[in-house]
Amino acid sequence: MIQVLWTDALIFLLVAAITGFALYARSREHLRAPWRQVIRKPLGMSALVILLVYVLVGLLDSLHFRPELEQQNGGNTEVQYAASIESVLDLMLDDLRSSTEKTYSAPFALRQYNKETIEDEQGNKRREYPRLLHAGTHLQDLSMHAQDITQRFLFTLMGGLMVWGLSVAFIVVLVVFKTGDPLQKVLHTMWHGQRDLPWRSLFATLGFILLVILFLMNTASVYHVLGTDKVGEDVLYQAIKSIRTGLVIGTLTTLIMLPFAVLLGIMAGYIKGWVDDVIQYIYTTLNSIPGVLLIAAAVLMMLVYMETHPDLFGTGVERSDFRLLFLCMILGVTSWTGLCRLLRAETLKLSELEYVQAAEALGVGRLKIILRHILPNVMHIILIAIVMDFSGLVLAEAVLSYLNIGVDPTMYSWGNMINSSRLELAREPIVWWAFMAAFIFMFLLVLSANLFADAVRDAFDPRLRERA
Amino acid sequence: MIAYIIRRLLYAIPILIGVNLITFALFFIVNPPDQMARLHLGERHVTQQAIDKWKTQRGYDRPLVINSEASGLGVVTDTIFFEKSLRLFVFDFGASDNGRDISYDISQRMWPSLAIAIPSLIVALVVNIFFAMLLAFFRGSYIDIWGVILCVVLMSISALFYYIGGQFLVGKLLHLVPISGYDTGLDATKFIILPVVIGVASGIGASTRWYRTFFLEEIAKDFVRTARAKGLSETTVLFRHVLKNAMIPILTGIVVALPLLFMGSLILESFFGIPGLGSYTIDAINQQDFAIVRAMVFLGSVLYIVGLILTDISYTLVDPRVRLS
Amino acid sequence: MLTIIQRITRGSGVLLMLLLLASCGNPAGDHPWNNPYPAKDSLKNILYSSFDERPKHLDPIRSYSSNEYSIIANIYEPPLQYHYLKRPYRLVPLTASRVPVPFYLDEAGNPLPADTPIEQIAWSIYDIEIKPGIRYQPHSALAKSSTGEYRYHKLQEKDLDDIYTLSDFTENGTRELTAEDYVYQIKRLAHPQTNSPIFGVMSEYIDGLDEYAKQLKQVYQDRAARQSNPVWLDLRQYDLVGVEVTGRYTYRIRIKGKYPQFKYWLAMPFFAPMPWEADRFHTQPGMIDKNITLNWYPIGTGPYMLTENNPNLRMVLQRNPNFHGELYPDEGMPGDVEAGMLDDAGKPIPFIDTVINSLELESIPRWNKFLQGYYDVSGIASDTFDQAIKIGNAGDLALSDDMREKGIQLSTAVATSTYYFGFNMLDPVVGHPAGERGRYLRQAISIAVDKEEYISIFMNGRGIAGQGPLPPGIYGYEEGEAGINPLTHVWRDDRPIRRPLEEARSLMASAGYADGRDASSGEVLKLYYDTVARGPDSKAQLNWWRKQFAKLGIELIVRPTDYNRFQDKMLKGTAQMFSWGWNADYPDPENFLFLLYGPNGKVEHKGENAGNYNNPEFDRLFEQMKNMEDSPERLVIIQKIVDILRQDAPWLWGLHPKSFALYHDWYFNSKPNLMANNTLKYKRIDPQLRTQKRAEWNQPVTWPLWLLLALFLVSAAPAFISYQRRQRARPQLSAEEEA
Repeated sequence: MIQVLWTDALIFLLVAAITGFALYARSREHLRAPWRQVIRKPLGMSALVILLVYVLVGLLDSLHFRPELEQQNGGNTEVQYAASIESVLDLMLDDLRSSTEKTYSAPFALRQYNKETIEDEQGNKRREYPRLLHAGTHLQDLSMHAQDITQRFLFTLMGGLMVWGLSVAFIVVLVVFKTGDPLQKVLHTMWHGQRDLPWRSLFATLGFILLVILFLMNTASVYHVLGTDKVGEDVLYQAIKSIRTGLVIGTLTTLIMLPFAVLLGIMAGYIKGWVDDVIQYIYTTLNSIPGVLLIAAAVLMMLVYMETHPDLFGTGVERSDFRLLFLCMILGVTSWTGLCRLLRAETLKLSELEYVQAAEALGVGRLKIILRHILPNVMHIILIAIVMDFSGLVLAEAVLSYLNIGVDPTMYSWGNMINSSRLELAREPIVWWAFMAAFIFMFLLVLSANLFADAVRDAFDPRLRERA
Repeated sequence: MIAYIIRRLLYAIPILIGVNLITFALFFIVNPPDQMARLHLGERHVTQQAIDKWKTQRGYDRPLVINSEASGLGVVTDTIFFEKSLRLFVFDFGASDNGRDISYDISQRMWPSLAIAIPSLIVALVVNIFFAMLLAFFRGSYIDIWGVILCVVLMSISALFYYIGGQFLVGKLLHLVPISGYDTGLDATKFIILPVVIGVASGIGASTRWYRTFFLEEIAKDFVRTARAKGLSETTVLFRHVLKNAMIPILTGIVVALPLLFMGSLILESFFGIPGLGSYTIDAINQQDFAIVRAMVFLGSVLYIVGLILTDISYTLVDPRVRLS
Repeated sequence: MLTIIQRITRGSGVLLMLLLLASCGNPAGDHPWNNPYPAKDSLKNILYSSFDERPKHLDPIRSYSSNEYSIIANIYEPPLQYHYLKRPYRLVPLTASRVPVPFYLDEAGNPLPADTPIEQIAWSIYDIEIKPGIRYQPHSALAKSSTGEYRYHKLQEKDLDDIYTLSDFTENGTRELTAEDYVYQIKRLAHPQTNSPIFGVMSEYIDGLDEYAKQLKQVYQDRAARQSNPVWLDLRQYDLVGVEVTGRYTYRIRIKGKYPQFKYWLAMPFFAPMPWEADRFHTQPGMIDKNITLNWYPIGTGPYMLTENNPNLRMVLQRNPNFHGELYPDEGMPGDVEAGMLDDAGKPIPFIDTVINSLELESIPRWNKFLQGYYDVSGIASDTFDQAIKIGNAGDLALSDDMREKGIQLSTAVATSTYYFGFNMLDPVVGHPAGERGRYLRQAISIAVDKEEYISIFMNGRGIAGQGPLPPGIYGYEEGEAGINPLTHVWRDDRPIRRPLEEARSLMASAGYADGRDASSGEVLKLYYDTVARGPDSKAQLNWWRKQFAKLGIELIVRPTDYNRFQDKMLKGTAQMFSWGWNADYPDPENFLFLLYGPNGKVEHKGENAGNYNNPEFDRLFEQMKNMEDSPERLVIIQKIVDILRQDAPWLWGLHPKSFALYHDWYFNSKPNLMANNTLKYKRIDPQLRTQKRAEWNQPVTWPLWLLLALFLVSAAPAFISYQRRQRARPQLSAEEEA
């Protein structure tokens, strides 16, 4: 049974909106041009590709359903669904999800991280590191461990290079056919970065992603590549599941606050007068409350609401989903003011321009002027704000979770991972892998987002464009 | 000028009223006084009587906004809203929910916050300007490109990683400074070093990149070209003309944050056990001490508004062309 | 210009080299860089400890939590205390000259023999005699001028202008402790302003306390209406029927009926002496506004006094110069001699001069500082600390090799507390309304939830799985095979083994939830669990709980909340299942079993029976048992009660945590005592050894700094070269730019 969570619905709304915009922009050169400029930048291109991988994972994790239960009593009752909600990603990672150990184990380890008292058949008690249940079970001889990992690594490397080489060749051939340039020239220009697209970085990024994915596919089924956590859950699984949380915070917050910011900002700048005063008053007031305190108070309030209406939030997943959505809203409330102010200033400037004044003189309706003349001309500001905010929001999630006012503690998120890894770092011997996993996954996403945001800003900001 | 400042101050009043209303609504809807009482009285043997007593002692036994039982002005004044919220306007913070004088606590805890915040600000300013100038000097070269990329990399790392990693490495592994804590007087130095270094390091990426754009903007201006055309060396131009002018946006950007330095850094302070206002606020959030949180929200808003006014004033000081409107 | 810069860089390079050499030669000396305390203190007889939450109440009439007791129990001296070394816990005199033995009266006031049945006893009389010659710590409230008047009892608000803490009053005084001070404190229980948490309990037992409270309230209101200054009630002027001063050193307490547990209360700070002068002193105008109250500044006769109270930074206890003196116990349990617990036998205590409690909010720095030798002992069971402690161990109770090498010692004791998982018995699915079905369900869950695994994963074996409501060390607890819960465990290989899951599954089937599906509707059984789990560790724990219920096919829905909200839910009875804990007030089974007593039901009677368990048979036996003295008859009743409870399974018999204390080998006489809080006076440290070890463990490691510097210089070199090139090439470059 398909289950659509609140955030799922919003995510697909967002996807639909983006697709719609892409279709609309396809035929309009002035809209396409800046985007082409974005992907022409080598770093922008690489960042985009990595972001797309993250988005793909996030989307797969947003397709939720309830698995069907086996029939009971000879199958004469109605079909029952499990109460637990799973996603398509869970199905794909079923191997990782189900291979839980008892407690901590290091990356690629065969044995548990802690000693335990084990009783053998004769009843003798020994203290030793117990064997893991789901790591290296295919090994007949445990001394082959290192060799097995090296083999798998080399195998991945070779296989990956082969697949990569083939796909590169395929693309090159495609380009040759499409452009009609001779092969040698295509190769030469690609290598020296003289073509319209930064093929070099595209291929390099693809190769990197391909290698990582192949390596994980090859090893994650037989080892815990990033170790296991306190209750023996695979850390890689947690890190991957956290991707959706990060993306949701980064995108939905903006999606939710966007209508307010745009509407109020443009209204203030265009209508002016008392409307402007009221809107300015609202955002100055909200802005002057320290953000963290506002968020803390609001999150406490949300928890009260969830307490008093338990029936609205059935299972654990739905509860934490609502909390996530609410967090997005709160973050939205605290972050819309910046964009609103920018839009107001820009609209003020635009409304003084001759063609707007002319339109007004001709008696064109206000709404029409806003839609026709103002909105299109502030689109670049909105777009830049969206991409610039994204990475900041992903980072904010971690900090808020650290303060216990972030996402639900049962939810997979990098913030929660970092929070619990603080205790692990103080252990003796130290447990570092969850910290590292959260670091790598988060860093890669934020870095790509930052680089992509830079490329977008360079392409869309008219001030920068003129200088370039 | 004075008239301008007064006008700005008057404009701040409705904003503070708005802040006050928002916090009042948030805090008294979230937790009715009964629950505050239960939290503060401890877990065992709490009777309704004790709760009522607690409320009476702290003045939470009044109605929220309108007291229909009181007479005359008391209808409005003998309420939680008047007593607990409006009093903030005269900086009468009252007692915290566990009975301590908030103003006294603030006056005590403000110094450790400043002891961290001021050195952090100065060191960060010097370091970031140095790096930004370096990048601006080498603009367009590989040093610049890789420097900017390094900045982006640095700012893509969550502040939590800096804190956790720094404390772990410097305090635990290298034994260079105490892991956490604070002391008064000069003894405080050894406790301050690590938070300051980590605080500066976590901000280096973003600030350097940001300042670099100021420098580049100045470098592109005509008078710089003229100076260069006069045959002044690159360093002279950079220090004498570019730095001076780029400092204007940098410093005015800092002015707005100056008053907020009092508030301290929430996470950094609780992480390193600095008894400043930041950890005061965090503790209050965790213990749900609403009196303190209300006071800090109000104080924070006041300081922010003061910062805004100071910024405007500093603009007019550095650039008389800005109209006082 | 250029050359100047070059010269400067070269010059500073030389300087850096010198610095490097200097610091290599003498890395830190004896004084480690990371010492959080001033170097001059390192050889002083100071104990370093920490607190993570500022104590809310230091007034002994209000204080009721362990972090507060760890301070005030060393300052205030009630008449009795627990013997430090002997087990089971035994009361011995502290300021009293002997442990009082009550005598009994009937309704008419005639004395009764000691073995009279409970029903006939109308009153128990406790005569308490204290030792003469005990004096209070130096305190401003007791300071007198040369004319014999109290120096600070008639202050006006303006006199407090320069006063911020108690130590700003320059003069101090003392006086002898009298029986009246004890009576004064008991009267304070009924004071309308003190909010004593035990007033409710005590008014049931102390004769006339209830009426006394009403009287005081009346008087207080009358006076408060007439004056604007804070009202001080001189409690000496108002007599309390049940408590009277019978001499300078003797007083008498009248208890309704028979209440053998009363003697335990006499060892708690609630019954410590309070000089009326202190009460008078602290109720002067302006004192409350300045936080100079009894809640912040204790005054006692004990071995220590609080000399610095800055809860934002540290709280310092110093030796009380007026302490009456006490000797280290010379008797203990077998094994105490070997453990060195009696090395100091007969010596005058306290040993330690100063105790510095530093604020340490985070558990991780606290743990690390302990490892570095800057805390002598890692505190007592607070939640955050539990997390830090388990870090040290690998699997079970043994210390890791690292720790043992450092000479860190470990002492453990099973706490007289229980953490249980309760069912709300008002709930239609798991509680009384579900009848037999509910009981089978509870029993099945009792088997399925593997507490042993919980203890091994989350507490590293630091606890034992409960077999019933009573923790070890409490009368009625049984060891070994006799003590196991036959419903959930079997005795095999000399230890309790949890019954197999199949039995739980068949119980589920009897309950009508085969495979976790309702037999009639086929729906999956959903249960709700309310918990106060918000820490970093909670996610793993909640997952674990979910797994346990999934074993039976039940879907567990966890609702984590903050403590405040949680208590509210418990009060309204809207939770279905919950976890909670209980710490013994005193070592008596009554203090645990009353948590399940029907008339204590949380929802109906606002009592401590959070699960609202209600079983008339249990209630009858409990009433019978509660006021009996320990005896074979009492044991039989307790066993009956425990059997009933095991069958009904209103709780998953929780776990009894082992309290852990880790301490360094310069810290002596550490024996866990879960009842006594005034144990500081027995402790001794060796500052010499401590200084030596600290220096050894904390050698600063500086090479990464030099490496960093070197890297910086190396990377600066190409920049410098390109800088020179740029300076030279400037004209062309700007020409390019122009174009």
